[in-house]
Amino acid sequence: MGLKRNVSLATGLRYKGQGPMLTFVLHRIGGLGMGIFVTVHIVASFVGGEIGGFANNIYTHWLFQIFIFFCALFHGINGLRITVLDLWPKLIVYQREAIWMEWAVFIPVYALAVIIVLQTALGG
Amino acid sequence: MKSRSLPIKDRGLNFEMFMWLVTRLTALAMYALLLTGVIGALIMGARTQMNLADVIRWSFMPNPSHVQSTNVPDLLPWSTTFWQLIGSAFLFIAVAHGVHGLVVIADDYIVKPRGRSIVRFLSIVMVIAMTGMGLYILWTQ
Repeated sequence: MGLKRNVSLATGLRYKGQGPMLTFVLHRIGGLGMGIFVTVHIVASFVGGEIGGFANNIYTHWLFQIFIFFCALFHGINGLRITVLDLWPKLIVYQREAIWMEWAVFIPVYALAVIIVLQTALGG
Repeated sequence: MKSRSLPIKDRGLNFEMFMWLVTRLTALAMYALLLTGVIGALIMGARTQMNLADVIRWSFMPNPSHVQSTNVPDLLPWSTTFWQLIGSAFLFIAVAHGVHGLVVIADDYIVKPRGRSIVRFLSIVMVIAMTGMGLYILWTQ
């Protein structure tokens, strides 16, 4: 126990992992974002009243919706890639192709959702 | 290039490996539950001009309060035991998957054994608290 990384934060930030590294970072941000959101949401629903209403006002805001939908959609699609590649390890050699495919699904779906959210929020 | 990874059944089993597998399997299970929610919402909301956002909100957690503000005329089909069970299953799975994910992230930054024990203790508290509060919300409408 007590693993040491032996790498400073500055070195870590200079690491050029490119595409796969980007999905790793976004997967983490997405997971953390959803974790915090779901925790706050459950606690707010449980407590209710004024505090619950205050939390409600935050996550019905369109900016928050755009953020949380990014988290959920990216984490979901990237998670599916991880699941498929991990459960069928022979497919790992196609990791880069899988990541391209992932973006090909993510970008149109997310763009459409953002357009709809913005139309409802700003156009209505 | 040949794949250098071991076949899954040759990797042995300890708690970390078990949770690694659970994380992947719960991901698939959540896809199944989401699909159940989408299909249910499309069937029950078919004639009410239900929009995409409401369908998605229902699918992430099939709790009647998630469709209360929409133009669904009758909440009765949305608050059956079936949907409470689906919601509970989603809750158990999502909490296990999510809290384990938080532990994995914490382990990357907290490397001392004592810190890791604290993280594990907190994670158990969080699982119990989140599941308890979620079940209370789902079953006492």
